[in-house]
Amino acid sequence: MTVTDRPPVLSVRGLSVRFLMPGGRRIAAVTDAHFEVAAGECLALIGESGCGKSVLASALLGLLPSNAQSAGQARLGELDLLAADERTLTRTVRGRLIGLIPQSPAAHLTPVRTVRSQLEETVGALTDARGRTAVRSAAESAAERAAFPADHLDRHPHQLSGGLAQRAATALALVGDAPLLLADEPTTGLDRDLVDHTVDELRRHVDDGDRALLMITHDLAAAERIADRVAVMYAGRIVELANTEAFFGTPGPRHPYSRGLLDALPERAFLPIPGMPPELGDLPDGCAFAPRCEQVTDACAALPPTTSHIACHHPHVPEDLRA
Amino acid sequence: MLELHDITAGYDRKAPVVRNASLTVAPGEAVGLLGPSGCGKSTLARVAALLHRPESGTLLLDGEPVRHWRHRAPRDLRTAIGVVFQQPRLSADPRLRLIDLIAEPLRATGRRDEVPDRITELTPAVGLTPDLLDRRPHEVSDGQLQRACLARALVLRPRWLICDEMTAMLDASTTAALVAAVENYRAATGAGLLAVGHDQTLLRRWCDRLLHWDEVAAAGMGKLPRASGLREPSVVPPAT
Ligand code: SF4
Repeated sequence: MTVTDRPPVLSVRGLSVRFLMPGGRRIAAVTDAHFEVAAGECLALIGESGCGKSVLASALLGLLPSNAQSAGQARLGELDLLAADERTLTRTVRGRLIGLIPQSPAAHLTPVRTVRSQLEETVGALTDARGRTAVRSAAESAAERAAFPADHLDRHPHQLSGGLAQRAATALALVGDAPLLLADEPTTGLDRDLVDHTVDELRRHVDDGDRALLMITHDLAAAERIADRVAVMYAGRIVELANTEAFFGTPGPRHPYSRGLLDALPERAFLPIPGMPPELGDLPDGCAFAPRCEQVTDACAALPPTTSHIACHHPHVPEDLRA
Repeated sequence: MLELHDITAGYDRKAPVVRNASLTVAPGEAVGLLGPSGCGKSTLARVAALLHRPESGTLLLDGEPVRHWRHRAPRDLRTAIGVVFQQPRLSADPRLRLIDLIAEPLRATGRRDEVPDRITELTPAVGLTPDLLDRRPHEVSDGQLQRACLARALVLRPRWLICDEMTAMLDASTTAALVAAVENYRAATGAGLLAVGHDQTLLRRWCDRLLHWDEVAAAGMGKLPRASGLREPSVVPPAT
């Protein structure tokens, strides 16, 4: 189902993450996730806060806390990110293989230093550029690629608007020329115009065909605008993986949770899904969505297998396919 | 009526973030105030919520001019207004269990005996479950904490509600659930609402009337050319 025919940049197979809590409690933050992202493609991982999407991102970056256990594979080229040691993660993964575009650029940038000095430091750490002039021009070209204005390079982060801070953070993520960009809620708290602008710029870095983009977001409008495919997460599992156009347009989503999520949008029915998501430390044996699902039957007491990219016993069947 | 007339407010006298802002909300009316982030709309919301004293201008609550803000505001005015902010983690005391967070305004106003009944009513109304009430903020999700903050804002049965970017951090379903809880409360009590935000689609769906920041206030700091002198007073939108 990839949009391009290229081999995937990132291939995730059976990724699970468990947190071991005091008292022996286990939190199933991510369970059996499978997906791929190819160069030139953007996959948006969508879901509400606490569904496991940020934990999944941390697992890819090797940033899980010490009480976490992960299983499965996450292949980036020849490397399995889940098996990599800290030294490999620091020296070759973060920045070089994965460029991270953070949720809050203001928190990601160092407040007391200018954008230029932070870019130059990153250039020094991640590229072969050596010598003042070479480092300076590499930093300037990273800024230019992120559309960060050259005459603002000597400013400090607090002197930048939200949009420019986001571009500065993006420039930092682009320095290492990483094949995978990972954007973690890059539009949180931004005005709609700025959201559109930010995702359009991110898209541009994918459209040149060399990079893959994995965007984690709860903003459905941003996902619709930028992604080729969307993966919907609920209670730690990917419950639906679909092409963006089919998902937001016709025939629409097929998993009852995805359908509920779209129906909640103010431009649609504006109706909430009843109830709340389950506790990840106390998941039912069968489908975790069952207590909130209108389609639930006895079959749902058993865990639904993922068939044709949907984990549901009774997925929605579009009208024209009904006999 | 909640009436803001010609309000100028900010944190630095020389550079107010709100200049000459005026708007009115009629009883039972839902007014959406739309503006980009940083425009000063949250400061205006804080003035209306009695949390920030303006430098000039008048606030009338049901015809009565407000003379004091913050802890100096008279109790009967303070209890007439419920407020919900964007970031529940910043506005909720991290030490309090959710039940105490919700009940605290009742205790502070000597209405302790109403606590059990109000908790029983509000818990399902905002979509919380009783087991969550004993948890502290770090033990619940952002959405659950915001539900508790809304319950707290409703606990004194305010006549006016002020929601400042209440759902900006939340997913679509939790957003729809919180708005529905506000609207159910308003349908039952006839309370008026000022909803401040930047999401036009949301505010259009939610509110009876939508105001844009630039029709409510004069241009803010940095945007007002000094040489041009005084701006025309802003237009007071007609109350419906
Ligand atoms: S498996 Fe059953 S309960 Fe779960 S989403 Fe599908 S129909 Fe609903």
